[in-house]
Amino acid sequence: MTDPAPEKLQRTALFDLHVEMGARMVPFAGYEMPVRFPGGIIAEHLHTRSRASLFDIGHMGQVTLRGGDVAEAVETVVPGDIQGLAPWAMRYTMLTNETGGILDDVIVIRADDHLHMVVNAACKAADLDHLRDRLAGRLEITSLEDRALLALQGPRAVEVLARFAPACRDMKFMTAQAMRIEGADCMVARAGYTGEDGFEISLANDEAPGLARLLLGEEEVMAAGLGARDTLRLEAGLCLYGHDIDTATTPVEARLGWTISKRRAEAGGFPGADIIRAQLVEGPKRRRVGIKPSGRAPAREKTEITDAEGRTIGEITSGGFGPTVGGPVAMGYVESGQAELGTGVKLMVRGRARAGAVAALPFVPPRYYRG
Amino acid sequence: MSEMKFSDEHEWIRLDGDIGTVGITDYAQEQLGDVVYVELPEIGKQVKSGDEMAVVESVKAASEVYAPVSGEVTEVNETLSDAPETVNADALGAGWFVKIRLGDPSELDKLMDEAAYSAFTAGLG
Repeated sequence: MTDPAPEKLQRTALFDLHVEMGARMVPFAGYEMPVRFPGGIIAEHLHTRSRASLFDIGHMGQVTLRGGDVAEAVETVVPGDIQGLAPWAMRYTMLTNETGGILDDVIVIRADDHLHMVVNAACKAADLDHLRDRLAGRLEITSLEDRALLALQGPRAVEVLARFAPACRDMKFMTAQAMRIEGADCMVARAGYTGEDGFEISLANDEAPGLARLLLGEEEVMAAGLGARDTLRLEAGLCLYGHDIDTATTPVEARLGWTISKRRAEAGGFPGADIIRAQLVEGPKRRRVGIKPSGRAPAREKTEITDAEGRTIGEITSGGFGPTVGGPVAMGYVESGQAELGTGVKLMVRGRARAGAVAALPFVPPRYYRG
Repeated sequence: MSEMKFSDEHEWIRLDGDIGTVGITDYAQEQLGDVVYVELPEIGKQVKSGDEMAVVESVKAASEVYAPVSGEVTEVNETLSDAPETVNADALGAGWFVKIRLGDPSELDKLMDEAAYSAFTAGLG
């Protein structure tokens, strides 16, 4: 409340709707976003796991990349297998730097005649500079400033969306499709960042409030904010850029090596390939792990992790309360020798050592629809 | 029992004899959102007005709770360790944090009454 707004915050297409619904708006990555609605974060989180919630993720960047050899070109900036993407399939991958660090984690969708990339809001401008710098000669790169992005997440999401878009029912996890919903041209992806089944819907800004109101009008659906999005993704073991991953962490250290296919790992051809390949073979010096604090006290980001003797072995990068778990949950990096499940650790919370253990990720089993 | 007084750090205190019961205000719990953990001081601890006395954690963040007066902690609300959500449900009642034996009751005069506190929070927007 004491921070003066340093710059004018941007608004998504749903800003007025959020305010109307009584959202608490906060600055996030240059946008004024809803952190929670009147029900509160725990209620929104639990509702998402049991029914369906609508999230505004329109602050995220959407970029199209077009050109004759677009998949080959994009593979020069990410370690993911883009050439192997079937039409309307999508992949989670990263923009890497020369030392194998992560500039951003992104989604790449193979649309009919181009690639559609979804990037983090805070990284959007830097990503565009990077992409243009690397690929401008080969590709036409467009930032879709006029597109909104909605996420409908939860076990009832498919039932709700199928009322207006029956074709969504048969879509598999990590596939996309172009479809009209109530007259609006949408690109619908069966994906999300909550660990639940659900959809992300890209559509024109001016059509977004109408679709949002339509979905919120369904009895299963509740509005949810960034607070619940954060607790859901933490329980699902998913990384938050700028916290769990950044330019100083590699995909291998972050346990995202599964996103790199054998062909890409062997052939390289992306920034930091040699370092990443070596880590895949030899194992990294530190790894991202789940951490379960033993008591009720949350261990938050930047909490020091020590071994039983008090020697520092790592740091928490995301931590808080997991409403579905019903207690504190966290993730962080520890030395690889200390990364085995069940390893006892101490968490330095406000100067006091509290017990915890290395735990399996995710904390809550995912329920993606694989057909 | 005396009237409730309020600090500009959003604590309340109500005096009964020389013991003040202290908690966080309804405005504070609403700002915090769902409370998931409360860390309370040891009984017998001497606190000075303005000292960090307890910690309240919401889903989003940890916040300090300051002593609104000086004195000795005589009791803490143990029920909050198992039911921290009581702070949201009844901040001014069952969600109290500590009881303090006041060293200097005149410190209460520096705190706001309900009308002043209400005007103070209205000004915070």
